Amino acid sequence: MPSLKDVKLQIAGVGKTKQITRAMGMVASAKLRGAQNRIERFRPYAEKFGEMLGDLAARTEEAAHPLLQVHKHVASAVIVLLSSDRGLCGGFNVNLISTALDLARAKTDEGLTVRFICVGRKGRDAVRKTSYEIIESYGDVMGSFDFRLAARLGGKVSQLYESGEADEVYLVYSEFAGMTRQIPTNMALLPVTSSAKEEDEGKPAAECLYEPEVGVLLAELLPRYVNVQIYRGLLDNSASENAARMAAMDNATRNCDELTNSLTLLYNKTRQAAITNELIDIVGGANAQQSQ
Amino acid sequence: MEGLRLDIVTPDKVVLQADVDYVGASGVDGQFGLMPSHAAMLSALKIGDLYYRQGGATKWVFVSGGFAQIADNKVTILAEAAELAADIDVDRAEQAKARAEQRLSDPKPDTDVHRAELALTRAIARIRVARR
Repeated sequence: MPSLKDVKLQIAGVGKTKQITRAMGMVASAKLRGAQNRIERFRPYAEKFGEMLGDLAARTEEAAHPLLQVHKHVASAVIVLLSSDRGLCGGFNVNLISTALDLARAKTDEGLTVRFICVGRKGRDAVRKTSYEIIESYGDVMGSFDFRLAARLGGKVSQLYESGEADEVYLVYSEFAGMTRQIPTNMALLPVTSSAKEEDEGKPAAECLYEPEVGVLLAELLPRYVNVQIYRGLLDNSASENAARMAAMDNATRNCDELTNSLTLLYNKTRQAAITNELIDIVGGANAQQSQ
Repeated sequence: MEGLRLDIVTPDKVVLQADVDYVGASGVDGQFGLMPSHAAMLSALKIGDLYYRQGGATKWVFVSGGFAQIADNKVTILAEAAELAADIDVDRAEQAKARAEQRLSDPKPDTDVHRAELALTRAIARIRVARR
């Protein structure tokens, strides 16, 4: 039987842990709300952008822009891995990293050289332990990022693709599919495949003026489209991270409650046992005196 | 007379949604104006200003790196950044201008001249729009 004092200390410790986990849970839920708002505000832009590009792509040839061209000789792939800077968010980072490494392994088996661009400390730390090369990494950015981060990443991968240093670019991020569902996803970023193109086929293209001409316009729009995709990934990732952390912290708080309950039970039992022992001593002593 | 519907959208928010009479913008090939019943058009915009007329009043907006699309009397401006004249932080723009000028006047080997030039253009355009 543990001593009363030990159990009391343990209960106090669990109580403090619970305070922390509950506070972290609340912070995560506030951040999640912020992230969801940003997704809401970004959606109109992304949608209009998709419309515009689809509209344009429907009118141009396949090889109108280097970012649309599929490289004939595919020798290297770049994986952009989005993760979080902090832990304590359940399986969030583990799932992302294993998705990314699975993809990397599959590509290596196909004979491609795989390199990484890491956003978020957790992902970077994990990739560092492997033999894959990290081209660039961004740490401590997931807390406060804006479109410029996406633009920087987009510029980097577009440049790698156009110069032929990368023949395929993938984005690994966690899709926010609801409070309890975050899906690690890998998305092919480059070459750009325009899904809008197929949808628009058959529909007669409305007469439209272009200024400057279509090819130049496409050259402006496509790199931005890549940025938009990355930004969308970043936003989803940050919402997912906070949702995952909220769930993890809720669980932890609940576990603390359970632990406190079972420890309190142990405390009471120990106390009761101590009292019983004392009584036995007293009664035993009294009996011994009487029988003398 | 039927008017135009103007939407200005950036990645961070919808900057403006309004019914207007006329939109003037600077495209990469030069200035252009949009009036109701304009033919469908898609144009890239320069870093600079954009204005619209609404019941006789002219209002200015700063637009950075964007596209304008018009179809069925709906004008959509997609920009990486856009600010209404009243929302522009002139002090910040002045600071950005000074920084960019300093970088350009004393270029070091690692200075990204192109980026500094863009920053300068943006700052000047912001200040111009705010002073209108």
